[in-house]
Amino acid sequence: MKELSLMDENGKRSDGRGIDELRSINITVGVVKNADGSAYIEFGKNKIIVAVYGPREVHPKHMALPDRCVLRCRYHMSPFSTDTRKNPAPSRREVEISKVMRESLEPSLILSDYPRAVIDVFVEVLQADGGSRCAGINAASVALADAGINMRDLVSACAAGRLSENIVLDINDLEDKEGDADMPVAYLPNLEQVTLLQLDGKLTTAQFSECLEKAISGCKLVYEIQKEALMKKYFGNEMELKEEA
Amino acid sequence: MSSSKRSTVIVEQLRKQQMIEALSRGKRLDGRDFESYRNFEIEVGIIDKASGSAKVKLGNTEVIAGVKVETGEPFEGLENKGALIMSAEVLPTASPHVEPGPPDEDAIELSRVVDRGIRESEMLDLDKLVLIPGKTVYTVFVDCSIINSDGNLLDATSYAVVAALLTSKFPIYEIKDEQVVDTGKTMPPPITTMPISITAVRIGESVLLDPTTEEEACMDARITMTTQSDGNIVAVQKGFTGPFSINQIVQFSEIARIKGEEMRSKIKELN
Repeated sequence: MKELSLMDENGKRSDGRGIDELRSINITVGVVKNADGSAYIEFGKNKIIVAVYGPREVHPKHMALPDRCVLRCRYHMSPFSTDTRKNPAPSRREVEISKVMRESLEPSLILSDYPRAVIDVFVEVLQADGGSRCAGINAASVALADAGINMRDLVSACAAGRLSENIVLDINDLEDKEGDADMPVAYLPNLEQVTLLQLDGKLTTAQFSECLEKAISGCKLVYEIQKEALMKKYFGNEMELKEEA
Repeated sequence: MSSSKRSTVIVEQLRKQQMIEALSRGKRLDGRDFESYRNFEIEVGIIDKASGSAKVKLGNTEVIAGVKVETGEPFEGLENKGALIMSAEVLPTASPHVEPGPPDEDAIELSRVVDRGIRESEMLDLDKLVLIPGKTVYTVFVDCSIINSDGNLLDATSYAVVAALLTSKFPIYEIKDEQVVDTGKTMPPPITTMPISITAVRIGESVLLDPTTEEEACMDARITMTTQSDGNIVAVQKGFTGPFSINQIVQFSEIARIKGEEMRSKIKELN
């Protein structure tokens, strides 16, 4: 019964996608005027704004590190972002996501270039639709690039999961709640390193490898969209000129 | 790299001198005259999961308001009225000076002044939002997120709330054996009027509408007045440390009515 609603006999999922299909993704760079860097992402029905402030002085001062920059990350959901109103106070879930998000971004940044400073990443979920941490990481990495922070690579994130016997790419809200496994992954596409890996649900060892591989293939697709969004902001005119020529 | 506090203060002093000099010639630093609002943009229905939503841009100030409708118990002493609950958060995205955490006194004043305009004008007819008298009523949450802050958050937030409520769709509930059941259908909310706030700051003897962050940093006093569709005043808040003369207040009340009508017709076009 539940499998039927998530996947029909033609291999189509509840929202009409195939097993290897991403939801539609749109990234706009430079959307928050006051911020040093910012990005807005629509990832399926997720709508997320990320603003980056820094590098700047650390407050409170004792948090400062002598040899590198402190990275702080806040993942927060607006009260109107979910089906039933979310209390605006930070939940335990948001605290954990803030932490894994920070840890997924940190390996991409050259923090030793900004000793005694702090970089703040503020992720605000205006509408949530499953996979908001991956969408948030994608926007955050683009916003960090927009802020001109020295980095080794972008961070691209995407989830894969299991709907009964099928391993599928990019789990949506319904599949997250009703499906059998959800595995968000963040990946440095050029350095080929995994910086976020979580799983809830059951997978055999073989399914696990397949799922990881699938998620990484999704990250690589996302990476192209991130690059394009940055190119559009910084080389927009040149790109148009090239197309005309 | 952000500048240290001390150098920011020096810059502000220089800008303030420049501003006062410009004001004496009847000009503002961004070229507006005293009674002009900045460019005003509004977009509604941007959050599908909310019953109503609106994004307002007033110059560089950007605010999103979202309406969520649930059922719940009425407030004590207001057993036969729906419940209206408003909140506003200045997100840490909004400026380098905002720290994440519970709302500070400015954010609380902001949501309370916006709330006052909506509540006192009885924009939402709460008498029509009762399901089981004394037991179950509509609970209407209006939550506001300030995404980018460049002055006059009060008016921008208030316009976002009015637009979000005006264009919202409330669920229709049925009473079956003392139980409230969602029918899955929606209705327009019971709207009676449109409260519109107008805010000004006084810098020296100049009274400026729709202040920017820079102007707010130099202000001596601030005043917000909310009028409803018939032109009557429904809420006022004087803010900051300086005073206003009686004459300035009376003059401003006239401006608030005229400007309020202008803004009202802009927001009305949405419906």
